[in-house]
Amino acid sequence: MQDSGNILFCGVGGQGILLASNITAAALLSAGYAVKKSEIHGMAQRGGAVVAHLRYGKEVFSPLIELGTAHMQVAFELMESLRYLPYLNRNSKVIVNTQRILPTSVTTGVEKYPADVPEQLRRVVPSVFAVDALEEALALGEIRSANMVLVGCLSRFLPVPEGIYYELIREKMPAKLHQLNSEAFRRGREIIGSDAGHGSEQSTGSSN
Amino acid sequence: MTDKRQLFSGNEAIARGAYEAGVVVASAYPGTPSTEIMQSLSHYPGVYTEWAPNEKVALEVALGASFAGGRALAAMKHVGLNVAADPLFTAAYTGVRGGLVIVTADDPEMHSSQNEQDNRNYAFAAKLPMLEPSDPAEALEFTRLAFAISEEFDTPVLLRSTTRLSHGEGLLSLGERQLGPIKLGLVKNPEKFVMLPANARKRRIELAARMERLGRFAESTSINRIEWGKKERGFITSGISYLYIKEAFPEASVLKLGMVYPLPEGLIKAFAAEVEELFVVEELDPFIELRVKALGINCHGKDVIPSRGELDTYKLKKALGESEGTALFEPAAIPPRPPNFCPGCPHRGVFYALSKLHVFVAGDIGCYTMAAQKPLSSLDTCVCMGAGISGALGMEKALGKEGQGKVVAVIGDSTFLHSGITGLIDIVHNRGCITVIILDNRTTAMTGHQPTAATGVTIRGESSPALDLEALCRAVGVKHVYKVDPHAIEATQKILKREINRPEPSVVIAEAPCVLLPEVTSKERTAYHVDVEICQGCGACLKIGCPAMEWVPLPKGSSATARKRKGHALISSSVCAGCGQCTYLCKSDAITREAAHARQR
Repeated sequence: MQDSGNILFCGVGGQGILLASNITAAALLSAGYAVKKSEIHGMAQRGGAVVAHLRYGKEVFSPLIELGTAHMQVAFELMESLRYLPYLNRNSKVIVNTQRILPTSVTTGVEKYPADVPEQLRRVVPSVFAVDALEEALALGEIRSANMVLVGCLSRFLPVPEGIYYELIREKMPAKLHQLNSEAFRRGREIIGSDAGHGSEQSTGSSN
Repeated sequence: MTDKRQLFSGNEAIARGAYEAGVVVASAYPGTPSTEIMQSLSHYPGVYTEWAPNEKVALEVALGASFAGGRALAAMKHVGLNVAADPLFTAAYTGVRGGLVIVTADDPEMHSSQNEQDNRNYAFAAKLPMLEPSDPAEALEFTRLAFAISEEFDTPVLLRSTTRLSHGEGLLSLGERQLGPIKLGLVKNPEKFVMLPANARKRRIELAARMERLGRFAESTSINRIEWGKKERGFITSGISYLYIKEAFPEASVLKLGMVYPLPEGLIKAFAAEVEELFVVEELDPFIELRVKALGINCHGKDVIPSRGELDTYKLKKALGESEGTALFEPAAIPPRPPNFCPGCPHRGVFYALSKLHVFVAGDIGCYTMAAQKPLSSLDTCVCMGAGISGALGMEKALGKEGQGKVVAVIGDSTFLHSGITGLIDIVHNRGCITVIILDNRTTAMTGHQPTAATGVTIRGESSPALDLEALCRAVGVKHVYKVDPHAIEATQKILKREINRPEPSVVIAEAPCVLLPEVTSKERTAYHVDVEICQGCGACLKIGCPAMEWVPLPKGSSATARKRKGHALISSSVCAGCGQCTYLCKSDAITREAAHARQR
């Protein structure tokens, strides 16, 4: 595990990406790292593509990830995992939620949703972890916990003790959501398993 | 134990800095990327905060508070400062009593704006000092310092942020709140506060002397500093660009400017003399570069550094020829995902109706500007706050009789109160016959749901008299004012057609709350669904561009159906907000309420 890193969160407005990056940033901070984060508000949030940059290390200057240097990408939506390829490199690790959210150009039949996203991704980045976070969240009874499943997946790759996350969930979220989010987080960790650091290729659920 | 330190965004840091500096009055109009400054400040005790109807009012409120001896802050996005430019330029003459800080949050790259103007030019044009922090920690420190400078030099101070500072997050070291040294109270001083020409001429001389004193301050202040490194290359920079330089060229010498106007000319000369090759690195305009060159110093700037959009570490390395050998992955060819109206958005109904009326739609600034996109394609101009209404009148006057019934103006409730009322007055006063559609969704939606004067609550949630839009329009002299429910597309379209053809001014208020407001999200919604057996596959319902509506092509070679349809529509019940607009589009009544699938949102 590295003592500095660049994490790119991406997906669609309304998926809880900013909350996921906030929890992860707070966890890294508690683990003793300097952290910087950058995101975009305003017009982009209305169902558009959303991206957040998170960087940690001993000292961090730029809040933006340099092209080609993302260590991790967490894509909350399947196709969005392909939108930021210039930020990745051969050694990047990608966690991708297999949920599909169709853009208007696709729903109206003008364009086609790409058919082979995980395969396209694996052709450039070998280490892809496809996760059906929506399915997991539905199993927990609340679709909005999908983002915590992904935070759990990501946590396997970060130098942060697991317990910190549970404390943060208790501190930062309303009491009625503690159990749900803790379970969603734990489920995310289980999915990735303990050999995440070795960069092995894994996949759960359907890969569409 | 978790770390109790918190990440603060640049905007939250500015708010914290203002609180610590003892600010007593703060005013703003929401605008990305500045909005969270006032939002955050409204949670601190002892500070009066407000949403003003526009930035000019916000600055005048802050200036008044300063005249009364209070430390005051006005915050706005870059284009908001254009609106506030009138008080800005003369406030430079009057100067202040309590410290006055004006925050301008610029948006290089136009993430959420109609232009990417560089507001450092205002510091020069209005003769005001400007500070530019690089990260949240500096945003707090510089905000505090700005109030001290304001009082020491008797001047408003501009504080410039950009999107990456405002919405970037970092750690702060928090201080205590300390009130300013000026005693609150009203002091008559016409030579300072009444800018009659005779007084203004005297203040003009004072202003010139003040800028000289500020120039000397710029030489000595610790926020302008040289970080010596290798001297083959030296960088002069400020703001967010400083962080990209530290990242890309950690060993180089840097002159970091925390104060970008006036510039420390002596410091610049001393730095330039020591380095072999000098680069000025700044986003957007060559603001510092031109002034460095005016000193007779040879330097690189916009000959290598892009003058459009944001910079970043990669762009800097590339500009200086240091990224060779780093092959990047090509972007994938995937459908774009532009922002879109939410499922159930009331704007969609109005713009669908307009698309059927074949009119030219003079638009404005807000979520509804997205109606310019396919498939609605029914908004034809967007320039600035209020320009839709006045622009429509100009079109009508230019076209004469030919233009009758061909132009309509569309504006949101918050934008109307910001800058639309005067345009409407112009229409009535000058005998225009434009129809103005006010999209009244009870909030400032695009920037995250700030209340307006018509909402009936303040920034802190206290109730206040709710402005009556209909009564306001009538008071202006509009005789025909009608309210419609935009979800009822047929009725809306009928009334719009009637009013557009009326040879008199009229206002149609399309009244329905934003679907993201708690009053809507807390209600139980029933999704609609498409009966596949009845659906003719005509695709009419797709023309509304609803994210819940999907086209499902029939599998190739399937001949199960006698009709020659190529597929059918499908409504995603988890996305559908239950607004029912699509039912007006379906000619075969295939779309019905799905009572069995009622869901709690």
